[in-house]
Amino acid sequence: MSLFTVDGISLQFGGLKAVDNVSFSVEKGEIFTIIGPNGAGKTSIFNLISRLYNPTSGKLFFGDQDITEVPPHQIAKLGIARTFQNIELFENATMLANLLVGRHCHATTQLWQEMLFLPSVRRAEKAHRRKVEEVIEFLDLQAYRDKIIAGLPYGVRKVVEVARALCSEPKLILLDEPSSGLNVEETDDMSFWIRDIRSELGITVLMVEHDMTLVNRVSDRVLALNYGKVLASGTTSEVQAHPDVIAAYLGA
Amino acid sequence: MRFVFKTDYDQDIRILKHGGYWWSYGVLLAVLIAVPFLVGSYLQSQIVFVFIYAIVGVALMILTGFTGQASLGHAAFLAIGAYVAAYMQKLGVPFIVYFPLAAVLTGIIGAMVGFPALRLHGIYLVIATIAFAFIVEEVLARWETVTNGNEGMRVKTLDLVGMPVPRDSASFYFLCLLVLVGVIVLALNLLRSPTGRAFVAIRDSETAGKSMGIDLAAYKVKSFAISAAITGMAGVLFAHKMTFISPEMFTLLLSIEFIMVIIIGGAFGVHGAVFGAIFMVMVDPFLTALKDDVPVLAASIASSLGMAQDAAGHLRDKMSAIGSAAGLKGAIYGLIIMMFILFEPYGLYGRWLKVKLFFQLFPLYKRATFKRQKTYVKSERNR
Repeated sequence: MSLFTVDGISLQFGGLKAVDNVSFSVEKGEIFTIIGPNGAGKTSIFNLISRLYNPTSGKLFFGDQDITEVPPHQIAKLGIARTFQNIELFENATMLANLLVGRHCHATTQLWQEMLFLPSVRRAEKAHRRKVEEVIEFLDLQAYRDKIIAGLPYGVRKVVEVARALCSEPKLILLDEPSSGLNVEETDDMSFWIRDIRSELGITVLMVEHDMTLVNRVSDRVLALNYGKVLASGTTSEVQAHPDVIAAYLGA
Repeated sequence: MRFVFKTDYDQDIRILKHGGYWWSYGVLLAVLIAVPFLVGSYLQSQIVFVFIYAIVGVALMILTGFTGQASLGHAAFLAIGAYVAAYMQKLGVPFIVYFPLAAVLTGIIGAMVGFPALRLHGIYLVIATIAFAFIVEEVLARWETVTNGNEGMRVKTLDLVGMPVPRDSASFYFLCLLVLVGVIVLALNLLRSPTGRAFVAIRDSETAGKSMGIDLAAYKVKSFAISAAITGMAGVLFAHKMTFISPEMFTLLLSIEFIMVIIIGGAFGVHGAVFGAIFMVMVDPFLTALKDDVPVLAASIASSLGMAQDAAGHLRDKMSAIGSAAGLKGAIYGLIIMMFILFEPYGLYGRWLKVKLFFQLFPLYKRATFKRQKTYVKSERNR
């Protein structure tokens, strides 16, 4: 039983097939990377998985549960968290507030209890905070707790996004270009963290990435896409050696 | 500058972060309690209006400031609260029943207004709420069996479990203060719990909020309902303060005044609602004074500079004609809003924080501390 299965999924915008009959499965505990030229449909697949888009056809399975019809706000609760290519943090809130929003899917307190801030709410808040602190410790973000996101540098925001996703205690984390806009050193850190997320936290990673050094360093398996279609899949070296992939990148 | 040494998660949860706040808010509360015994009835009455505006300000702060859903319909929620009070009082229902009832009823109507908000953004939502306000105004004018139509309704003296609370009494002042403090505490509690954070998340990025497990529809409706309910409570107090209510009191201009409360106060913190309310209530007598005094002053300056007596008189008449022109108030309000958005987008509360920081860091304050950066990384595609 794979942890996550995409079964013949397609996404059509009018006449444009953004994703065309793509199937793959992600095993528990692996780092699975989707590569492909710009406009290949990588982020569209992510948006399909987090249910921001409705697929034209095909099905998505998380474990053995069909999540094709699940509303987007219930995806996090199931154990799938994600980051965004263009950083979608809550800009005018502190980092701590951002990470606590990551805990939202585990919130159980009722509105009226929160209005009165009953002891149960306080207890729940402290439990959330403890989890958040674990993530802060894990990703070395101690210095930024009370900083407003709008004032943080890009590299830090990228990490904060990963942290927010981790706060929801996912089983599967989707990283959309975790290294875009990062310098070499920050990319190095990111590659360590991605491996730690898998090995220390036991979270399966599905990522979209352009930086092939990062892909080579961390991925167990790679899937190459172009024009919404699967070109090749397998280990990093297999995919890179595949003639269709070379053609897609170099335009042979 | 004070650095709070944190050793406990409770320190971040607390509303008053450190001992200094206990002092400053304690003194503020003591002053507010002493006010009715110190000031005249006019000023006391103005302060009661500040309280009522601040309650509405907190309501709108939750909806617009924190959830990012603009509303120009809050005069209608205030009207609903006021009319529930007036009608229930006529039926002989006691205050302790119709006060919460007004909140609940307005809250339900607020939730109903919230539903179209799920599909509308920005300016379209504003238009929808204006439409709602017009509908309410019209209903109030036509539903004569309940609202008495355009003749309006008299509101009798508030009766708090057998104790009369006249509109100009110190007890009415304390009642309004109590409601305001209660509403502020409620709002702050909400903001430090998951619901409040979900509101802020919706304001800043709906896409990310959705992916983090926030049910946008549910929280937008909740935000509308809470905001409307609080405004309904303010409406009850408003009705008792005015002693007479009629549909033309709850016009678009009043909604705009409420929006001004939070823009001028600073739409990012509950303090802003109070600062904005003070400004809005105090600006009105100030404008009236200007209207009366400026022409006379200008004429006397002109004549002392050697202008002929009748020419100075002519100038005075012209100026007071301009001063009493219809729509001038709206124009001045518009100007004030524009000035604030251009030059002080964080409002009076933002200015207060800057001044405070200046003294805390003195002499090391850098002018660039609050310089706004523009960033262009957010996408609106997935709305």
